[in-house]
Amino acid sequence: MKKIFSKHYWADKDVEQLVGQMLITGVITASLVVLIGGIVYLTQHGQGSVPDYRIFKGEGAGYTTFSGIFKGVLKWNTTEIIQLGVLVLIATPILRVACSLFAFILERDKLYIFITLIVLCVILFSIFGGIKG
Amino acid sequence: MTILTFTLILLAGAYLAGLLGSLTGLGGGVVVIPLLTLVFHVDIRYAIGAALLASIATSSGAASAYVKEGITNIRLGMFLEIATTIGAVMGALIAVYTPTNTIAMLFGGILIFSAAMTLRKKNEVALTEGSRLSELLKLNSDYPVNGKKVAYKLRNVAGGFSLMTVAGVVSGLLGIGSGALKVLAMDTTMKIPFKVSTTTSNFMIGVTAAASAVVYLQRGYMDPGIAFPVILGVLGGAFTGSKLLTRMNPKVLRIIFCIAITFVAIEMIYNGYQHKF
Repeated sequence: MKKIFSKHYWADKDVEQLVGQMLITGVITASLVVLIGGIVYLTQHGQGSVPDYRIFKGEGAGYTTFSGIFKGVLKWNTTEIIQLGVLVLIATPILRVACSLFAFILERDKLYIFITLIVLCVILFSIFGGIKG
Repeated sequence: MTILTFTLILLAGAYLAGLLGSLTGLGGGVVVIPLLTLVFHVDIRYAIGAALLASIATSSGAASAYVKEGITNIRLGMFLEIATTIGAVMGALIAVYTPTNTIAMLFGGILIFSAAMTLRKKNEVALTEGSRLSELLKLNSDYPVNGKKVAYKLRNVAGGFSLMTVAGVVSGLLGIGSGALKVLAMDTTMKIPFKVSTTTSNFMIGVTAAASAVVYLQRGYMDPGIAFPVILGVLGGAFTGSKLLTRMNPKVLRIIFCIAITFVAIEMIYNGYQHKF
């Protein structure tokens, strides 16, 4: 375990492998969740008629908030399971930034710890800043 | 039309969009917006939501391979992501006050520009003299060419950074990766070899798109019934495209597709002008 936290254990190459691995894992996980939710959605609602997408109504709280999506998933609602996959997909690049932050901390690269923190703050602001209008 | 038929047709369309985006180098999201609005008559706001998801999926999938090969300049990407994420948040803010017809016309303009950019002459020269700022920010690096490491330096960091902010605004406003603008900033302004600039641009698209995607998700632009076939179709198409690219050089295909895309762009601008969105 000690080795993982030492500077030399993490050469730039390893960081690249880690970042690459985490991106592909995120995309595969998201697609699997969307696929499972989607197939069950089709078996349940496949014969229904398509909602009128020509008119923008916007989605309700069930699809647009963390708590709404998780509540739906716990009830095994298929559309919320698809939305959970959407959340995993959006989270993948954000987690990649967090992963880079970890790597720069281990490398003790102060300048890039600072730069990565700015990027994370901008993203956190767009999630929690109440700018949905 | 039943949901099943709609989903299957959209899945096939998204597959073609992903394939086309990958072969032309335009990216997965760009082709999704005209597909949804012009073919399926979906409101452009739902289309933007779906396109952002397609951009995140294809860029993250492709980036994983490039990062592992050591072509992507992670420090440069991280530094420029300050510009693109701030731009993306601004773009998502401006979007509320922009009429959908204006967004459609802007999209058409960017589409033509992107198609032209994929046909441009590419920068293959690695600079040996960099600017002071590039030294200070540790942006100079090297990348593998035929198994050998080639060092490169870059210049005009401030110019590149400003252009990246514009790329971020466009990305947040229109819901696309705006890879063409990112490449313009790195390739033309900062003089980075194109292999590094295209892979680093692709690496940044995921984070840029995520910064505005969280806003659009909360605004209700992302519909599960559209997201499901679009994400899976575009990913499948992009995967097929990347496999095909290793076996053939799609130079002629690329020109044909870019001309086709230009006609689609003109139709978007015309429809926007006629207030059809």
